[in-house]
Amino acid sequence: MTALTVKALNKSFGGLRVTANVDLVVEPGERRLIIGPNGAGKTTLFNLMTGEIAPDSGSIVLFGRDITRAACRRRAHLGLARTYQIITLFSHDTILRNVTLALLGLSPLRWNVLADLDGQRHLVDRARGALGKVGLDHIAERPLAQTSYGERRRVEIAMALAQEPKVLLLDEPFAGLSIDERRDVQKLLRAIPREVTVVMIEHNMDVALDLADRITLLHFGEVVVEGTRAEVVADPRTGEVYLGG
Amino acid sequence: MTLRSAFAAVALMLLFTLPIWLGGHPYYINISSQILFWAVAALALNVLVGYAGLVSLGHAGLLAMTGYTAGLLLQAGYGHLTADLAAIVVTLAASAVFAVLALRSTGIGFLMITLALGQIVWGIAYRWASLTNGDNGVNVVSRPAPFGISLASPEAFYYTTLLLFLLAVLSMRVFVRSPFGASVRGTRDQARRMTALGYNVWLIRFLAFLVSGFWSGIAGLLYVYYHQFIAPPTASLQASAEILLMVISGGTATLLGPIAGAAIVVIMKNVVSAYIERWNLVLGLIFILIITFMPEGLVPGSVRWWRAGRQWLRVRTNGWAARPARERSP
Repeated sequence: MTALTVKALNKSFGGLRVTANVDLVVEPGERRLIIGPNGAGKTTLFNLMTGEIAPDSGSIVLFGRDITRAACRRRAHLGLARTYQIITLFSHDTILRNVTLALLGLSPLRWNVLADLDGQRHLVDRARGALGKVGLDHIAERPLAQTSYGERRRVEIAMALAQEPKVLLLDEPFAGLSIDERRDVQKLLRAIPREVTVVMIEHNMDVALDLADRITLLHFGEVVVEGTRAEVVADPRTGEVYLGG
Repeated sequence: MTLRSAFAAVALMLLFTLPIWLGGHPYYINISSQILFWAVAALALNVLVGYAGLVSLGHAGLLAMTGYTAGLLLQAGYGHLTADLAAIVVTLAASAVFAVLALRSTGIGFLMITLALGQIVWGIAYRWASLTNGDNGVNVVSRPAPFGISLASPEAFYYTTLLLFLLAVLSMRVFVRSPFGASVRGTRDQARRMTALGYNVWLIRFLAFLVSGFWSGIAGLLYVYYHQFIAPPTASLQASAEILLMVISGGTATLLGPIAGAAIVVIMKNVVSAYIERWNLVLGLIFILIITFMPEGLVPGSVRWWRAGRQWLRVRTNGWAARPARERSP
């Protein structure tokens, strides 16, 4: 059974076709890198996979289950987690509360109006554990507004990992990071266990190529090239539309 | 004992002994009752405005609906308990309808839909005279006497209002600290992220609206029993705007803010208006001052000024070393 299968997926915004008959098969535990120039439809493809926008046609199957019409929140419960290209966090809260909210999203406790959230030790401890994995447990109580950009990127990843997803979609996790921060995040992503399938959009080839098992090149919403690192880099179309060769 | 719990203890003591401090003066005791039930209405609206980030301009419609339902059922000969319970059920049902319609949108769209719904309630109260008695309103002959205790006297009504007010404050405190409260705040700050994390944003907002509607209903009951009368102006846009002003001027998403806001508006309307004919002007000036110097609202703004003042004093006393590290660094 594949982890994620996208079949003949189409999406247009008015007259602009942003996803054109996209086919994608991601095996369990695979690290798939999606590349392409700006406007190629990479983030739209993520939004379609997570259900934030509905496709015009085509299907999306997660571990044998058709989720094409499933609501975005339902997909999270089925094991699909994501990070955002533009950091999307709860700026009024602490780092710990951000991760706790991620855990709460999959817990029936989220409807509880009587319990004290800070008193839910099992949730808070799990959130601290997730922060420990990204090296932020020492500043868990710090308000998000007082954190650096690189720390926020790591909070995003911690939130996604805290949900123990089956498939993790990472939208440009290295964007805007310094060289040191990039190295830290790279180490972090490499440490993600193989039980988690990772699909990643990234422009930074230095760090991303190293993580990828297979690569898909999108251009004007279409899959242009797909294959192993060596195959994609060697394909002349990659140079033509993306690497500038 | 922390500063916060000491403050709460003093506030509670003051509230319970207020009629004594006021020398048993019925006028001022009644004003205090008004502050308390308007504070309940403001706390109810704060659930939406402060915690869910949904600004409603139709809450007076909900409050009035409770008042009208209770008033009309009492006129029809039903007992207080039946009328009050039915009024709350009707308000919850109306809140559900309001929510379903208004939650098709957020931001300005939500505000405009709630405004329109509030105006519909006002229109019904005003024009459906065969039911609501139109401009003449509905009289409520007597206040209830729970457990044989008559609420006819200002003191008895004040203490009943105080108990319900404290219950509202306590329930808001529990709500804010609860997982559901955190979910509601999450939908305010990052609705898109909340959906991706597995939350049903629409349902969370809907339930928040019901919580808000319930406490608006309680405020409506207190209102109608206080005045023993209800008429179309209770449902007017001005009334909705006043509740919203209470929340915004006091400080949204705080527990004390809406209470402080309610106190300002009620005192301006009832006390200052006795001395200054153009009391609206004074109220407007106060709001301008609050927005200028404390844009976050009176309560959080006062806390900010208090901290800044303390810091200034510390620096004056201890010199440069007392400043926070980030301010000392070049």
